[in-house]
Amino acid sequence: MAAVVQIQDLHKIYESGEVPVHAVRGVSLDIHQGEFVALMGASGSGKSTLMNMLGCLDRPTRGTYHLDGIDIAKLDRNELADLRNQKLGFVFQGFNLLARTTALENVELPMLYGRHRKLSMGEIRDRALHCLEIVGLSARADHFPNQLSGGQQQRVAIARSLVNEPQLLLADEPTGNLDSRTSVEVMGVFQQLNEQGITIVMVTHEFDIAHYCKRNLILRDGVVVRDEPVTNRLIASEEMARLRQAEAAAKLTSTPAA
Amino acid sequence: MRFSNTLRVALRALRRNSMRSVLTALGIIIGVGAVITMVSIGNGAKAQIEAQVAALGTNIITVFPGSFSRGGMHGGFGSAITLTPEDAAAIASEIEGIDGVSPEVRDRTQVLANGLNWSTQVMGESPDYPYIRNWPIVQGGMFGEQEVKSLAKVAVIGRTVADQLFPDEDPIGQTLRIRNLPFRVIGVLGSKGFDMRGSDQDDVVLIPYTSHMRRVSRRTNLSQILIQARDGDRLDRVKQDVEDLLTQRRRGREPDFTVRTQEEIAAARTEASQTMTLLLAAIAGVSLVVGGIGIMNIMLVSVTERTREIGIRLAIGAHGRDVLTQFLIEAILLSSLGGIMGVMLGIGASQFLSYYNDWPVLVSTTSVVVAVSFSALVGIFFGFYPARKAAQLDPIDALRYE
Repeated sequence: MAAVVQIQDLHKIYESGEVPVHAVRGVSLDIHQGEFVALMGASGSGKSTLMNMLGCLDRPTRGTYHLDGIDIAKLDRNELADLRNQKLGFVFQGFNLLARTTALENVELPMLYGRHRKLSMGEIRDRALHCLEIVGLSARADHFPNQLSGGQQQRVAIARSLVNEPQLLLADEPTGNLDSRTSVEVMGVFQQLNEQGITIVMVTHEFDIAHYCKRNLILRDGVVVRDEPVTNRLIASEEMARLRQAEAAAKLTSTPAA
Repeated sequence: MRFSNTLRVALRALRRNSMRSVLTALGIIIGVGAVITMVSIGNGAKAQIEAQVAALGTNIITVFPGSFSRGGMHGGFGSAITLTPEDAAAIASEIEGIDGVSPEVRDRTQVLANGLNWSTQVMGESPDYPYIRNWPIVQGGMFGEQEVKSLAKVAVIGRTVADQLFPDEDPIGQTLRIRNLPFRVIGVLGSKGFDMRGSDQDDVVLIPYTSHMRRVSRRTNLSQILIQARDGDRLDRVKQDVEDLLTQRRRGREPDFTVRTQEEIAAARTEASQTMTLLLAAIAGVSLVVGGIGIMNIMLVSVTERTREIGIRLAIGAHGRDVLTQFLIEAILLSSLGGIMGVMLGIGASQFLSYYNDWPVLVSTTSVVVAVSFSALVGIFFGFYPARKAAQLDPIDALRYE
């Protein structure tokens, strides 16, 4: 399979402070189509910096990065913006939806920029609705973010990341602000998308969340210290069923008392 | 992003903080409103002056006495005492293309009648005067050449004098005492209202200029000479002829008179009111600039508040230009909506002033168009810096901004 991400000896040094900070110190990595990678590490391990570079939001100080065969070092600011628009989907820890803007309009947002700006309003609406359907939120299209739960907001954000059919979906601690049950729900959406062939890279510091992925990468002090496939992989739908059973049991036991 | 979307986003952003938007636009609203009002008042005043000038009579040439000088000392304008009835007679007999001449002698004095008294302008004139001033006599009639020759003690009185001295009776045939000389009232002038200086034109008594000079004021010189030219096209020609004639009559002495046409007098007055209008409009323009600074200030706040939104848009593929356009449109929308509201305020204020203060106002289309376009320009000028600041944000920093 073709490598979506090809990284060769990537370095990032921040020169802004008095002492230069060497956040990423030589990472080489290939991520192929259909992979589901968890990027793990303690804070300060360089995982966010690596993620920003993968997302073409930041440029490496040294080394090369080919995204879908394109060398990003050769692109200017606007070309990078177009690349993010067409090849990448972003899901953030804080959801980052536009406030006082409906779920549907939030999902439409990426189609208003880049090459999609030539689509008619009708096509834009249809595609956005389709993506909301994928994450199971088509009934909530007209709701504002503050009328949605955290899990629902994150699913809107996932729908937004899908709308331009990206080569790579990047998620930065997507379950960081969610409770365990909603986290399983969101991981279920990711697993479902991955089964349809979408490549996903996500940052997390929760081991159990990482177990829903196929490959775990662990970073420490700017270098990859472990890179292994997940053996005892968790399946979200099974976990969900187990949770429901546990809840039903709890309800059964608590009903007489109430 | 396409324009309709940008516009929609900008409108929504303004509506979201509607109170703030209105307060921000208030500077522009007041500025534009003030400009429109000031220009309307100025135009109204100008139109009124023009109407008053027309009411004075048309195609009038006035000869004023010049400045008097003796031994290096110069008197003011009109201080020369050399304008004489003979000058007027010479103009009447020698100049082509005139319809009437009236030598004028003025004097403010107390007049008595009926046991009442009143201080008024007593003017010595020729029988041509009502014709030149286009001023009808509504009761009785004007004195003629015979009365002028015989220094007759007859008077034609203005409406105000008639009301003051003969409140309850017909003034015709009554006796009026000027400097203790009895004058018989033979006519009453129609009402003409106030002139452009604001003095009551009807507060006047007309007597033959000869009677005035020999019996009342005992002056030998005229206050001015009024000449009615036959048609407007030859006004300048007639003026030149009058100047030449009077210069010739001075036989090489320094000219001690000034000849002015009605239009020249009107132009001077209009210019004064235009200068005033310009000054007021400039002051109002300053408030537009202040309003623009207010917009810049609130746009900077808006950019800071919406840093995360900008970050999201940049991360998912917006170009700097898209963000720049978005904020620029917002600023222009804010300022031009303010401009439109200001125009409405200005028109409203103008109508109010004209209704309650009886001021003449004239809202000009030019001032409306200029004010609205200028306010849009203010939006572009003061909106550009905040918009560029937004467009140059780094997406990572913007996304992390709390």
